[in-house]
Amino acid sequence: MTDLTSLKYTAEHEWIALDGDIATVGITDFAADKLGDVVFVDLPPVGSPVLAGEVCGEIESTKSVGELYAPLTGEVVAVNEAVVDDPSLVNSSPFDDGWLLKIRVDAPASADLLDRQAYLGLTGAAR
Amino acid sequence: MPDPVDPVAPAPRASALAAVHKALGASFTDFGGWLMPVRYTSDLAEHHAVRRAAGLFDISHMAEFVVTGPDAAPFLDHALAGPLATLAVGRAKYTLLLNEGGGILDDLIVYRLAADRYLVIANAGNRTVVAEALEDRAQRWPIVATLAGGDRPAGGSFALVRGSRPVRVDDVSDSYALLALQGPRSSQILSAVRGLEATGADPAALSSYAWAEASFDGVPVLVLRTGYTGEDGYELLLPADRAAGLWAALQEAGEGLGLIPAGLAARDTLRLEAGMPLYGHELSADVRPDQVGLARVVGSGASGPPGFVGGDALARPRDAGAPVLVGLVSEGRRAARSGYPVRLGDSVVGNVTSGALSPTLGHPIAMAFVRPDLAAPGAALDLDVRGTRIPATVTALPFYRRKK
Repeated sequence: MTDLTSLKYTAEHEWIALDGDIATVGITDFAADKLGDVVFVDLPPVGSPVLAGEVCGEIESTKSVGELYAPLTGEVVAVNEAVVDDPSLVNSSPFDDGWLLKIRVDAPASADLLDRQAYLGLTGAAR
Repeated sequence: MPDPVDPVAPAPRASALAAVHKALGASFTDFGGWLMPVRYTSDLAEHHAVRRAAGLFDISHMAEFVVTGPDAAPFLDHALAGPLATLAVGRAKYTLLLNEGGGILDDLIVYRLAADRYLVIANAGNRTVVAEALEDRAQRWPIVATLAGGDRPAGGSFALVRGSRPVRVDDVSDSYALLALQGPRSSQILSAVRGLEATGADPAALSSYAWAEASFDGVPVLVLRTGYTGEDGYELLLPADRAAGLWAALQEAGEGLGLIPAGLAARDTLRLEAGMPLYGHELSADVRPDQVGLARVVGSGASGPPGFVGGDALARPRDAGAPVLVGLVSEGRRAARSGYPVRLGDSVVGNVTSGALSPTLGHPIAMAFVRPDLAAPGAALDLDVRGTRIPATVTALPFYRRKK
């Protein structure tokens, strides 16, 4: 089980786990709940460049379509094929088995990323 | 991810069951000015429960009107499309409220409660439009004159002694709650509800589009064998302050039979699979019934203009280029959504009104308005899904039909 306080977050409801220059990216439980049952994910191919703040994929639920924004600039080094095969992992395990992609980060993490407390404040769930 | 939270319109109304939904962990959405449950656990689980066992919906946001009076039957034949005067007491009919131009103001289900009394159920978002149209049409309905002394006096003049409006429209939406029990096990579950007693026909023996009176803990309940999911099922109308008791009794009766509470997200994918049009998507004031496969509702028109509001307009042929509603199926998992273009080559030939990955069928389905020359089943078109062309085939509606 991931320690959620160790993650960074974006205002667009992505989470980021940084390990050296590799960032693992997913969407939060809050976003997964709001989307409803995820039935399709479209992720960028391994090797493609992504730009912080730009759309790099799509997450579709039975009801709606969400865009996935790259939280950091770099190169995609892995995508979660298990999620492509079984998109419901985004709902059942958003912070673990439901991760979406790994980025080799070009530059240090942006100061725009939020910590857990700030992110919860944004979703109205702060304690 | 952009913020997936919908902005909430000012002060949406809460159902009488709001506390029940909250306790069940529902997510809410603004629906026609009401804060209603969109899901309790999972859209897919709720959808599958309705197809395989049963689901329980709160649809108290729907609007209800009672039309009463000696002229109720001829009045509704005038005010709504489709014959209501010939509807038998105890039966219901799907019909439309049209404007003078033949455009659809709302789709309705009308239940004949008595010779001189009808129940009209309308969409939440159209409550005001329906109320105003019915009231306006009732105001214009001719006043009946009653003659003094009965028959016209021989050889003399006669006096009108009393004039009264022979029809009256009451908006009773605020007084009632409406629950929907839908799915193949709904009859079995309804029969097991503690405190629900038939006072007329046995609800389990009702045919589709029939209704019966019952009582729940001493309060009258209308049991309507209608629904909006493509499954067998019931809708239960009762005083709003008794809704929580009936909800609990239904849940208890359905325990062990696979009944779960279901939200409006599941209701939307269910009705789409069943090819049922939704106001604001497939139906609007700019759409004629014959564009959306509802010509049967208004009759053929072959015997001259029918005498209902909008009938004259429908007796005239529609614009030859007017788009018509079709079903489209495609492969893969990527669904077109409302508003997406339908293409043939480089031309836009239509647009999607509703679309989803069908939970029951496992492939994307959509309803769309397309050019009438491309509407035949089997026609090959493209769906433009955010810039990606996805081949799709025109198919007859509904996408899903339950086994009888």
